[in-house]
Amino acid sequence: MELFHNLFFGFGVALTLQNLLYCFIGVFVGTLIGVLPGIGPMATIAMLLPLTYNVPPVAALIMLAGIYYGAQYGGSTTSILVNLPGETSSVVTCIDGYQMARQGRAGAALAIAAIGSFIAGTICTLIVAMFGPPLADMALKFGSPEYFSLMLMGLVAAAVLAQGDMIKSLAMVVLGLLLGVVGSDVDSGVKRFCFDIYELADGIGFVVIAVGVFAVGEIISNLSDPEERTIFTSRVGSLYPTLQDMKQSIAPIIRGTMLGAFFGVLPGTGPSIASFGSYMIEKKVAKDPSRFGHGAIEGVAGPEAANNADAQCKFIPMLTLGIPASGTMALMLGALMIHGITPGPTVMTQKPDLFWGLVASMWIGNLMLVVLNLPLVGLWVSLLKVPYRLLFPAIMVFSAIGIYSANNISFDVYLAALFGVFGIAWRILGCSPVPLLLGFVLGPMMEENLRRALQVSNGDPSVFVTQPISLAFIMVTVLILIVMVLPAVRNRRGDLTG
Amino acid sequence: MKMTFLNKKDFWAGAMLIGFGAAAMFIARGYRFGSALRMGPGFFPTILGGILIAFGVCIMALGLRSGEKIQEKLSLRALVMLPLSLVLFGFLMEKAGFLPALAALVFGSAASGREFKFLEVLLLTAVLTVASAALFIWGLGLPYPLIKGF
Repeated sequence: MELFHNLFFGFGVALTLQNLLYCFIGVFVGTLIGVLPGIGPMATIAMLLPLTYNVPPVAALIMLAGIYYGAQYGGSTTSILVNLPGETSSVVTCIDGYQMARQGRAGAALAIAAIGSFIAGTICTLIVAMFGPPLADMALKFGSPEYFSLMLMGLVAAAVLAQGDMIKSLAMVVLGLLLGVVGSDVDSGVKRFCFDIYELADGIGFVVIAVGVFAVGEIISNLSDPEERTIFTSRVGSLYPTLQDMKQSIAPIIRGTMLGAFFGVLPGTGPSIASFGSYMIEKKVAKDPSRFGHGAIEGVAGPEAANNADAQCKFIPMLTLGIPASGTMALMLGALMIHGITPGPTVMTQKPDLFWGLVASMWIGNLMLVVLNLPLVGLWVSLLKVPYRLLFPAIMVFSAIGIYSANNISFDVYLAALFGVFGIAWRILGCSPVPLLLGFVLGPMMEENLRRALQVSNGDPSVFVTQPISLAFIMVTVLILIVMVLPAVRNRRGDLTG
Repeated sequence: MKMTFLNKKDFWAGAMLIGFGAAAMFIARGYRFGSALRMGPGFFPTILGGILIAFGVCIMALGLRSGEKIQEKLSLRALVMLPLSLVLFGFLMEKAGFLPALAALVFGSAASGREFKFLEVLLLTAVLTVASAALFIWGLGLPYPLIKGF
C-alpha cells in the first residue's frame, strides 16, 4: 500500500532526534502559552514564529503545528479548570467541563479531553494521508483561471462562514488583498504604495501584520477590558477516568471526530462550529439530555474530539492547495513562505519530506499531548495564577524581538506598532482581522493568477466561467453568497421594522 | 436624531473602509492601469479600492438604519503607551543596543497596564531583560550588540 509506504517515510522524517525535539518544544510551549490567560492561539503562533527562523523548514513546520494543537489543548484546560475558554472553540467545553470540575472530577474531564483529542488526532492523521495526495494530484492540473477561482471561493467561504459580521469580513478580505499589493510589482517592478520608504519595497512583512494585529492589538484590548477570573482548583481529582466514563465517551468521540473532519476541510468553518455541532448531537442522542449542563462527560468528549479533528483537517487544503482555511493556517502558510517554499500542490512532489514528516508528526504531537498534559496538570494549574500584568510585557518582548529579527530593521517594529493600533480599531468597529490576514497571504498569488488567466484568454474575463472546473468554483462561491449573505442583510433590515 | 451616527459602529467601520479604498484608488492613479489583456500595476489595486468603497458604503448605509452603538471599552493609556514602547524599542535597537531597547520596552509596556507597582516593574524589567539576552543572544545566537555607541 502506497499510503503506508508514505506514512513510514513520514515517520522516518518525524522520528529523527531533531524533529522529535522540535515537536516536543512546540507542543510544550504551545500548551504553556495556551494555558496562560488572555493569549489566543493566533497570538501564540504569531509571537513564536520567529523562533523558527533559523530552523530547517520541516522542523519549523513541525514545531508550529505542535504549538497549534498545544495551544488548542491549553484552551480546553482553562475551560475546564476556570470556566474561561481560551478561544471560541472551547466555549462548549466550559459548559460541562467546568461543572465536572466543580464536582471534583476535573481530572477525569481533562483526561477525557486529552484522550478524545488523541483519538481524533489519530483518525485525522490517516484522513490527511489518504485525501492529501489525490487532492494535490487534481490541483496540479489547475491552470491560472482555476486557481484564481479556487482562491476566490476559499476567501469568500472563509469570510462568510467565520464568526462575526459577514459583510464586514468580506470587506476585510479585500482590505487584506490590498495590503498584499504593497511593495514592488513582480510584473513591472513599479513600487506600489511605498511612499518612498525603501523598507516597504519588499512589501509589508507577514510577521509585522500578524504580530501587530494579533499580539499587540490583543494586549491593548485585554488591558482595556480586564476580565475577572476565579480559579477553581481546590481538587483536580483522579486523573484516570473510570471504565464507565470511557464507555460513555467512546461513541461521542467517534461522532465528534467525523463531524470535525467534515467541517475541517471546509474553509472558514472554525472549530467552534464543529464543537457546537458535536455538543448538539450528543445532547440529541443522549438517553437523558437533562444531564447536559450538569457535568455530562459526553459533553466534553464529543466537542473536544470535534475540535481537534477540525484543527487537524484544516491542514488538508493548506498543504495540498495552498489555501488557508483559517487564520492559523494563514500563519502556517506565512511560515512556509518565510522559509522560501511556495505553497500549493507542488509541495507534496517537491518536498515530500515536509508533507509526510508533518503528517506523521501530527500523530506524534498528539501522543505527546496526552503523555505530557496529564502529569503536568499541576504545572498548568499554577501557571493559571500568573497575573496578566506580569505576562503581557513578556509577550511584548517576544513580539518585538520577533519582528525585528525577521529583517533586522527598526521600520518593521514601527509598522507593527501602527498595526497594533489598527488592530484595536478594527476590533472596536466589529471588523475581524482574521479575514484580513487570509486576504493578505493570498493577495499576491491572486493578482498573479488573475493576470496570467487574462493573458491566456486574450483579456476575456469569461474564461473564469467557460472552464468547467473554474466555473464550478465560481458557482459554489455565488451559492455561498446567496445562501449566507442575503438572509443576513435581510435580518438586519428585519431588526429595524420588528 | 441629528448627529446620532457619531457613535455608531457601522458608520465608522464603513468610513474606515471607504477611507482605505479611496486612498488606494487615489494613489493607484499614478500607476499604469493597463487593460485586461495586459494588467498594469494599477489594475488590481484600483479594482480592490473600488470594491472596498462599495463595501464601505453598503456597511454605512445598513448601519445607519440598524445603528449598533460602539460599546467596547478602550484604555487610552494602553493605546498610547504600548505602541510607543514598541517604537522606542525599535529606535533604541539601532542607536543604543539590545539591553537598553529591551529595558525600555518592558518598562514601557508594564507602565501601560492599570496596576503599576514601581518596584515590581523594575524587578520584572531586570528579569525579562536578562532572560531575553540569555535566550536570544546566547541561546539562539542573534547577532545584536548588547550595548552600542560607547
